[in-house]
Amino acid sequence: MELTYETVAFFIFAITTIGSGIMVVTDENLFHASLYLLLCLFGIAGLFVLLVAPFLAAIQVLVYMGAIGILVIFAIMLTRGMMRLQRIYNSQLAAAAIVSILLFVALAVTLTPIVDELGAGGEDLNAELPEDPVASVDYETVGAIGRVIADRNGFVLPFEVASLLLTAAMVGAIVVAREDEA
Amino acid sequence: MVPLYFYLIVAAALFCIGVFGVLSRRNAIAILMGVELMLNAANINLVAFWRYIRPENINGQVFAAFVFVVAAAEAAVGLALIISVYRNRNTVEAEDINLLKW
Repeated sequence: MELTYETVAFFIFAITTIGSGIMVVTDENLFHASLYLLLCLFGIAGLFVLLVAPFLAAIQVLVYMGAIGILVIFAIMLTRGMMRLQRIYNSQLAAAAIVSILLFVALAVTLTPIVDELGAGGEDLNAELPEDPVASVDYETVGAIGRVIADRNGFVLPFEVASLLLTAAMVGAIVVAREDEA
Repeated sequence: MVPLYFYLIVAAALFCIGVFGVLSRRNAIAILMGVELMLNAANINLVAFWRYIRPENINGQVFAAFVFVVAAAEAAVGLALIISVYRNRNTVEAEDINLLKW
């Protein structure tokens, strides 16, 4: 793994993502946690750009940061009295920490060649994953996505169902969050 | 370029951070933020596998786009529910929303 600009960019975005993710779940001030969530989503958009998915990076910024992140901030502002609590963790803190650390160790052992590199030998635990990406993607991703979600043999049915889901979610959210008219 | 498992480790770490947030936070909005972290971790996984194994097939990105759609719908409805609960019970702590508990 040579030290190219892409590698440096990957580490910048990865550390931004994971660091702000940790701050999301550990910050006492809920509003600060939501701002860290926005930073985490931005780091993920950067990772998408590195993975040659520019359309998804733009959608991440527009939809996740611009809509969902702002919606979370709206909800925090509308439930203002609960922003600064004395305790932010419930009674399951230790069990939650243990479960998430165990899950991460299980995933790391399976996904990385760390078991082979530590010389543990024995069964081949990790998956055989490629080291380098396939040759550069040379088509226009926005056009390709557009063609496949309008193609009868492609994803037109999930696309229409997703539109229906969004409509239902919009109607449901409006009805649920509406003020009761006396 | 970094090997594929670097991206997978980032996604796994983000997923485990999200799991910790969901399981251990009291505020319901903080729980929803943990759920969003988990969904984003799954998206990173999808796009990384798409890039490293089969980039000529655009289906990987389309799958990730559908995850965006479902996450947006779920966040909207979930936050609407939380706002409604706050209006009725004046609390958003998950432990206090216990009318249906046995």
